Amino acid sequence: MNEKYLEIRNITKVFQTPEGGEVRALDDVSLDIASGEFFILLGPSGCGKTTLLRSIAGLEYPDSGEIVLQGERIDDKPPYERPVNTVFQSYALFPHMTVSANIAFGLEMENVDKAQVSARVTEALAQVRLEGYENRMPSQLSGGQQQRVALARALAKKPKVLLLDEPLSALDLKLRRGMQVELKRLQRETGITFVFVTHDQEEAMSMGDRIAVFSEGKIVQLDTPVEVYRRPVNAYVADFIGETNLIKGTVVAGGISLPGGNILPTDQLAADSVIPASGEVTVAIRPEDLVLATNGMISGTVRDVIFTGDSVRVHVAVGDVEVIASLASYGTQIPEQGSKVTLNPEHRAARTVAS
Amino acid sequence: MTAVTTPPKKQAQRGRPGQSSPKLAYLPIIFLAFAIGIPLLIIVVYSFLEKPSQGTGVKWVFTLENYKALFIQEKLDGTTALDTRYIKVLWTSFYYSVVTTVVTLVLSVPVAMWIATRDAKKRNLLVALVTLPFWISILIRTYGMRQIVADEGPIGKFLGIFNIEWSILYAPPATILGLIYVFLPFMILPIYASAERFDFRLAEAAYDLGAKRMTVVRRIILPSIRPGVISGIALVFIPALGSFLQSDMLGGGKTNMVANVIANNFGQARNWPFGSALAVLLIVLTLLFVLIMQGAAQRRGEKVELV
Ligand SMILES: Nc1ncnc2c1ncn2[C@@H]1O[C@H](COP(=O)(O)OP(=O)(O)OP(=O)(O)O)[C@@H](O)[C@H]1O
Ligand SMILES: [Mg+2]
Repeated sequence: MNEKYLEIRNITKVFQTPEGGEVRALDDVSLDIASGEFFILLGPSGCGKTTLLRSIAGLEYPDSGEIVLQGERIDDKPPYERPVNTVFQSYALFPHMTVSANIAFGLEMENVDKAQVSARVTEALAQVRLEGYENRMPSQLSGGQQQRVALARALAKKPKVLLLDEPLSALDLKLRRGMQVELKRLQRETGITFVFVTHDQEEAMSMGDRIAVFSEGKIVQLDTPVEVYRRPVNAYVADFIGETNLIKGTVVAGGISLPGGNILPTDQLAADSVIPASGEVTVAIRPEDLVLATNGMISGTVRDVIFTGDSVRVHVAVGDVEVIASLASYGTQIPEQGSKVTLNPEHRAARTVAS
Repeated sequence: MTAVTTPPKKQAQRGRPGQSSPKLAYLPIIFLAFAIGIPLLIIVVYSFLEKPSQGTGVKWVFTLENYKALFIQEKLDGTTALDTRYIKVLWTSFYYSVVTTVVTLVLSVPVAMWIATRDAKKRNLLVALVTLPFWISILIRTYGMRQIVADEGPIGKFLGIFNIEWSILYAPPATILGLIYVFLPFMILPIYASAERFDFRLAEAAYDLGAKRMTVVRRIILPSIRPGVISGIALVFIPALGSFLQSDMLGGGKTNMVANVIANNFGQARNWPFGSALAVLLIVLTLLFVLIMQGAAQRRGEKVELV
């Protein structure tokens, strides 16, 4: 893998709002994407994901910075000269063209000869499993089928980078899961570099080779899903990726004093936790890393017990904060509401995070 | 196993929400039927009657002479010959209307697209500006046009500085210019209505797929505004075919359009039956055009209703 296939160098984009204000949609963003990588841009609504994708596609021109593909600058080129293609969130299928005309459109722009065009349309339709839909109009397709056509249309171009802007957000959960698996398969089979935008952290973790977590136009963390999940760089990432108990405590000798008077010993924290000499710290513990213990380190009163099928979620009032523990629904003694319990963080998975 | 299906219950005949009562539509329909139907009937009946030997009006004797006279001339010596005068007039009208339609179309597409891409506030202002000419009587506007294109008008004076001769008034170019000027808004407005609904993300998708500017216009934007273009063509071509004010006031009566000849027969020439026959011919040709347009629209599976 070539580590520097697509390089984003110090991209900044400021929008003037109609109200006269300014929005810093991208704030000095730099990142390198490897060839053949499934790269995820993850972040809440309005953090600049679409703006970055559009900048790569050439539909938006950044105020400063460079975009380099295979060592060649592309940020000054118009969209039709960039070897990248986009699957739009709205699909943007041409309503007056059939499915095959939609897919053929991009190939005709490259002056591919007729026989080749039809072969590649057939191939693209097979890739997205839509054989037999050639002559339908977009309005005669379901949302999921339209989504596949949009994908086929971009894939048929055999782009160097495929940009996908929340392509699955309009689909229902079941279809979405299915498409996630298919997209993964397609990416493996074609070897095309995918840059995939989503605000769904589960989707990001299940699909991505690496994830860039965005917040307000900046990259907060760029890592593999496991690293982002296990080693969030700050409370924002810990909270955004998966579910986390964020508990504020004070540094004391040998540990951290938590609300309710409990002390969490330093040797129970993740080894790479950074603990200041004194003052306030935030401890992050995933609900699934907490277990019931007879004489645990975190004690409180059970407020709610929620059965979700594969697990039981126990909400425990610890001092003035609520801590959630996710317990296996089999083989565990489920505590009753109102009872006093103690919890222990397992595997030294608790860690301090910058707030 | 047998599947038991219950027949669907018959739905009560109730109007859908938003569907207005047909009663409200009766009054205007009846009015239009009378206002269009009765004069039309009179024209058709008159066209088959004889001209009285003296004065205006009709003589109630059936004849086909009026239609014959459209194409055939009876000479003094009793022989007959093909009369191309009226065919020529029809051709002139057709030709002026085609030029008017083409020029307004070419001018309107970019204007409509430009307005459609402005923000909402500007759009409303610009549309209001396009409709501004409707506030002034067409007669006054055509007088205004006459002043502007006159040999000694502002254009003529300006070109005079460079010793360029300018003389179009009372000639075909002035008539056509007048037609273009009057009908331009009727082309811009329906095209704008279509363009405003155009989803510009489609244009972005086309760029992304490798299309250049002109290709995007030709293959994505124009097909999307087709319904507006078809409406615009109908709204310009049909009334242009029947217009007479421009040729009368700007063309100087030398370049007759068919409506001028019809008007003349009801006026000075005092030949109502012949005027009626010419009017019937114009109506038939217009209908033919509408049917062709509709056929063209339907072949593409589009819903464009002209009649
Ligand atoms: N054309 C524009 N004019 C003004 N502001 C804009 C424009 N486009 C985007 N913005 C602003 O830039 C910021 C980033 O927008 P962007 O569309 O990149 O967000 P996003 O991360 O894709 O969000 P979402 O998940 O909701 O799609 C937002 O605050 C948005 O309001
Ligand atoms: Mg977005």
